[in-house]
Amino acid sequence: MTSAENGVGEAVVCRGLEYTFHHGRGKGASTRAVDGVDLTVHTGEVFGLLGPNGAGKTTAIRAITTLLPVRAGMVRVFGHDPARQRMEVRRLLGYVPQQLSADSGLTGRENVALFARVFDVPHAERRERVSQALAAVDLTDAADRMAGTYSGGMVRRLELAQALVSAPRLLVMDEPTIGLDPIARTGVWECVDAVRRATGMTVLVTTHYMDEADWYCDRLALMDHGRIRALGTPEELKAQVREQDPQQTAPSLDDVFRHFAGRDLARNESSEGEFSDVRRTRRTASRVR
Amino acid sequence: MSAAPAAPPPASAEPPGPAVRTGTGTGTGAGAATATAVRPDLGLLLVPPRARTGWRLVPARVLAMCTVELQKLRHDRTELYTRAVQPALWLLIFGETFTRLKAIPTGGIPYLDYLAPGIIAQSAMFIAIFYGIMIIWERDSGVLTKLLVTPTPRAALVTGKAFAAGVKAVIQAVVVVVIAALLGVAMTWNPLRLLGVVVAVLLGSAFFSCLSMTIAGIVLTRDRLMGIGQAITMPLFFGSNALYPVDLMPGWLQAVSRANPLSYQVDALRGLLIGTRANLPLDFAVLTGATVLGITAASALLARLAR
Repeated sequence: MTSAENGVGEAVVCRGLEYTFHHGRGKGASTRAVDGVDLTVHTGEVFGLLGPNGAGKTTAIRAITTLLPVRAGMVRVFGHDPARQRMEVRRLLGYVPQQLSADSGLTGRENVALFARVFDVPHAERRERVSQALAAVDLTDAADRMAGTYSGGMVRRLELAQALVSAPRLLVMDEPTIGLDPIARTGVWECVDAVRRATGMTVLVTTHYMDEADWYCDRLALMDHGRIRALGTPEELKAQVREQDPQQTAPSLDDVFRHFAGRDLARNESSEGEFSDVRRTRRTASRVR
Repeated sequence: MSAAPAAPPPASAEPPGPAVRTGTGTGTGAGAATATAVRPDLGLLLVPPRARTGWRLVPARVLAMCTVELQKLRHDRTELYTRAVQPALWLLIFGETFTRLKAIPTGGIPYLDYLAPGIIAQSAMFIAIFYGIMIIWERDSGVLTKLLVTPTPRAALVTGKAFAAGVKAVIQAVVVVVIAALLGVAMTWNPLRLLGVVVAVLLGSAFFSCLSMTIAGIVLTRDRLMGIGQAITMPLFFGSNALYPVDLMPGWLQAVSRANPLSYQVDALRGLLIGTRANLPLDFAVLTGATVLGITAASALLARLAR
């Protein structure tokens, strides 16, 4: 294997990644959530994994973040195998899960301090580091308020501070702006963008908001039914659509998705989306190691 | 904006992106100020902290979990007060009555004195046995997943949670000791013995919270855990030496009591606080062994727990 194939020098490399959930015995009792995913996230870029609910985004993220065993295919995070070198990979990761997961019984500062502690930040610099993480997400003034009093956007930014306090090389965010109003969404993205520009960290994000993907991601992978349907910069993807379908003169990313996945992103979301996705998330979590 | 969760207010009718790309700032949200405020003081966020390795990892995680538990208690002491009511009533109503009854052979010491260590153990167990509910809540809220992506081995996470429950129980025990002292129970004030009491309460709570987390890992829902918790609390309590000597029990129940870690905890507490005859080495060995077993079982089931 060459070093490139091994994933050295790249932030994330997936080759032939597959994951099947078994929920019972017999025929039809398994779901292939991820079905042969190949992707490479270059160091320093913002990489967006796009797709409707149930496309396999979260499952792929969980394989990368050491939460799922990698049974088929290969995953490397900065050259480390998340299935075997869990601790090494976790030390490189900042992770923001789909749910709003700050502890409402603690202040913002205490929430961040917990993550400083579990990432072994020495006592001498803990206070300062926590303050810097809170400042980076614009929560300095609210730092000593209970997280239970925060708005949805503030909780998301607090979670971002929790992820940033350990100076991660790879920030992984699973639907970071789901359920937030447009102003809060902008706030979250501006924080990510500012920290990224200051630290040079790599960002891997899943979303089904096409406008966000268009504005904030350097490269995108469109995912549907566990497979990657298209991969490139937003401009490249649009150019491909223009080339293959001359009727589309100025395609949006929604048009791009429709072109490659053969269906609408929005329709899928409202019809079969929410509930099955929640159940899928639960099932995914059950394989946490 | 086709997938936006709500109709955008007028201020953000413009897509959120351009502000960042062009760096002009829209002034539409809190984030607008961030881009400029962030850069000067990000210094420490550029350097990852040095990893703790080897034996120091688990104590560090345990300390982190205990700190969080204490911080939560400091913010909301209601639980501490409400939980003090039941042991106080046990001592006051049950204890005072049975002291007059003199129906239970306690070997010459007042029944209230005999009862107090049992109530300390019982009140600690009652908290710990429902600790799994918190783990289930943490699973539902995503906190557990987030902790599992930190450099914290599963066993360290469970150990941390177990001893965090223990810290809570020690505070509880202090309250019961004070109430008992006010009711005139003659207890030791020897600091070494009191330290032993703290260790016994910590270990007992760690075991019962691991038992609870293990059950949580099997039954997976709050409601079922509540039901099972309530079902096993009664036999654990009455099937121990907390209220009466084991010698009074029928043979089969004596056997059950001998397999019940609560009995060893009560034996240790009674020996340390009141000075009754106790097999302290055996008591602490059983409590330690049970705790290790509990941590192992709960760690193994943590994967299921996060469903």
